[in-house]
Amino acid sequence: MATEVLMPALSPTMEEGTLAKWLVKEGDTVASGDILAEIETDKATMEFEAVDEGIVGKILVAAGSEGVAVNTPIAIMVEEGEDVDAAVSAASESSEPPAPAEAEAAPSAPAAPKAPVESHTLEPDYPEGTEMKSQTVREALRDAMAEEMERDGSVFLMGEEVAEYQGAYKISQGLLDKFGAKRVIDTPITEHGFAGIAVGAAFGGLRPIVEFMTFNFAMQAIDQIINSAAKTLYMSGGQMGCPIVFRGPNGAAARVAAQHSQDYAAWYAQIPGLKVVQPYSASDAKGLLKSAIRDPNPVIFLENEILYGRSFEVPALDDYTVPFGKARIWREGEDVTIVSFGIGMQYALEAAEKLAEDGISAEVIDLRTLRPLDYDTLIASVKKTNRCVTVEEGFPVASIGNHLSAYIMENAFDYLDAPVINCTGKDVPMPYAANLEKLALVTTDEVIAAVKAVTYR
Amino acid sequence: MAARRTTKKPNVSKEEMLGYYRDMLMIRRFEEKAGQLYGMGLIGGFCHLYIGQEAVVVGLEAAAEEGDKRVTSYRDHGHMLACGMDPKGVMAELTGREGGYSKGKGGSMHMFSKEKHFYGGHGIVGAQVPIGAGLAFADRYNENGRVTFTYFGDGAANQGQVYETFNMAALWQLPVVFVIENNQYAMGTAQQRSTSSQEIYKRGAAFGIPGEEVDGMDVLKVKEAGEKAVAHCRGGKGPYILEVKTYRYRGHSMSDPAKYRTREEVQKMREERDPIEAIRQLLLTGEHATEDELKAVDKETKDVVNAAAEFSKESPEPGVDELWTDIYADVAPQNA
Repeated sequence: MATEVLMPALSPTMEEGTLAKWLVKEGDTVASGDILAEIETDKATMEFEAVDEGIVGKILVAAGSEGVAVNTPIAIMVEEGEDVDAAVSAASESSEPPAPAEAEAAPSAPAAPKAPVESHTLEPDYPEGTEMKSQTVREALRDAMAEEMERDGSVFLMGEEVAEYQGAYKISQGLLDKFGAKRVIDTPITEHGFAGIAVGAAFGGLRPIVEFMTFNFAMQAIDQIINSAAKTLYMSGGQMGCPIVFRGPNGAAARVAAQHSQDYAAWYAQIPGLKVVQPYSASDAKGLLKSAIRDPNPVIFLENEILYGRSFEVPALDDYTVPFGKARIWREGEDVTIVSFGIGMQYALEAAEKLAEDGISAEVIDLRTLRPLDYDTLIASVKKTNRCVTVEEGFPVASIGNHLSAYIMENAFDYLDAPVINCTGKDVPMPYAANLEKLALVTTDEVIAAVKAVTYR
Repeated sequence: MAARRTTKKPNVSKEEMLGYYRDMLMIRRFEEKAGQLYGMGLIGGFCHLYIGQEAVVVGLEAAAEEGDKRVTSYRDHGHMLACGMDPKGVMAELTGREGGYSKGKGGSMHMFSKEKHFYGGHGIVGAQVPIGAGLAFADRYNENGRVTFTYFGDGAANQGQVYETFNMAALWQLPVVFVIENNQYAMGTAQQRSTSSQEIYKRGAAFGIPGEEVDGMDVLKVKEAGEKAVAHCRGGKGPYILEVKTYRYRGHSMSDPAKYRTREEVQKMREERDPIEAIRQLLLTGEHATEDELKAVDKETKDVVNAAAEFSKESPEPGVDELWTDIYADVAPQNA
């Protein structure tokens, strides 16, 4: 009986990969546990083992193929004595239509290689005519760190697995080779301790970049972030600043459950003394991280694992920075303002696209930084559209959206034609089950429904 | 007169001993004055006095060199005075005035001086320990040969981040002296009720950090131990732990009636082990100083403290604009 070997998912967020190398050839007999192939994900090259014993009947995807979607058949295994050709044709017939799991995953996880997201920035942060290149958020973050480390010898990176492992999410890939072990430092798994050491190093005149493997782990360190890093400048009457960047993935990845899925935007945005950045695009990730590293204040830089592998257009400039406190208008519109940040922008932009088909013109604002926050752009937009929907992945109570609603009410009450609606994650710990997880997160459909509610459509 | 142990002839000059006497007396008089001002309502909030522990910081400062750093907890007035910060600025911070080191915005627990390499003044028990190691990290990074004194109490010694820090300080060979000021009470909890092993200095052994116990009521012994520790750190051998046995005469803070120990216990310490009285006797019996010379020091000290108290009352409260300053440092202009 022939069986298909499918392209494996080798990380929670992997949607596709490169079949780097076959380690077996057609006709080879393999045992369970033998290595069949090397698969390159966006984070690492992994060996892929045979589950069952059998004979490699046919290799369907050649070595070197890029963008192979998860669950694509890559080879067919046959049993001893089986007619290979017959088995192969039988197997490939039975494999159509695609497995239900694959079909279900498709809407939220497009499998084909993605085209870079077009930037619709109305006021770009770079001169007109600047040459652009396509880059993933991951590459943009790495380049930002590398450029700033090149520029300033007091900048160093520390965190779990940032050096020899090349980064748990491969953000620091290559940095150890480039800058050496003095400046790219693997820490023990001890967030509270190394966050405190980094704060001390900042007091001592260095400019640390602290990578948290995820911001969920930074709760161990939050006393040092808030009590030591954020408050010392004030408590010292301006004498003792803390130039430091705390960065890492934040919010939900995929199927990693309650303890690894929280969005901390609202937590940190509440603290005077911190700056809080949550980029969406690769160009903003790069420009804002460079600004964060140069900033003389503690900066919380909230990334997103799902966005790491996504490509965007990035200006091909030697030194591209994006200032804090300046929102980016991705799409101009007349009927409603959709305001978001980070991965929330994905839902906001998708919703705007679909709403346009229904004749609703949405203005989409990416706040980019939550502290400082560009209230002017927000209020100007609300005064124009008279309606507002906020979008974020975090919990609903005391959310960024709640704050924006209050601010709009206080500053543009007379311009509002409908109450502001906050689209957020649900008020539940993140569930593991795929269907429940989907329900717990904010969705494009919810944003569309909110827009229709505020526009009375 | 209480019995004194005979001290072997100290390897310090008359000037040095007189300096330690002066510095310890300054801390004591300053703290007594702070206690008075607190009673008068001029100092508010939490105020933790250092009376009784003076030999610890004075002895260790005697082992420090210019450029070495120090960081401590909220019982910090003594450390600031010992490293040369201006008593006026410290007292005016206690009264919450414009002339204070933090312009009145930090208070007793939060003062800093870049000039004197004093990095606070930290209010969260144990939080200064990784910060101290981080200062040492910066020194090692800059290869400048400096050492950081990181002070914490026997109470803080039970915080997890202390051991996270020990691990990394040993792993990275950071030039940091961990000074455990063991005054035997973590607020109201006696050491034997809070701490599984009584020899805290041995806790570094698990990380390969050498440690020793020091008589914290004897400034010369503290200095000697400090010099050994500093030499170890400066020699690139990594961190060192000193558990300095000391005693605070006052409560944990001004509002602590200290009912967890007997009056007799405190009295016995004051009479038999007072560090200032000890050095005073040493100066007199060794004929390094006359009563008159010491009286002159007493008066001089009192004058400085009184002037600081005067300044702290006269200095105005911070301007209301100060509410909104020093939240963020200015960003340097960015390239286009």
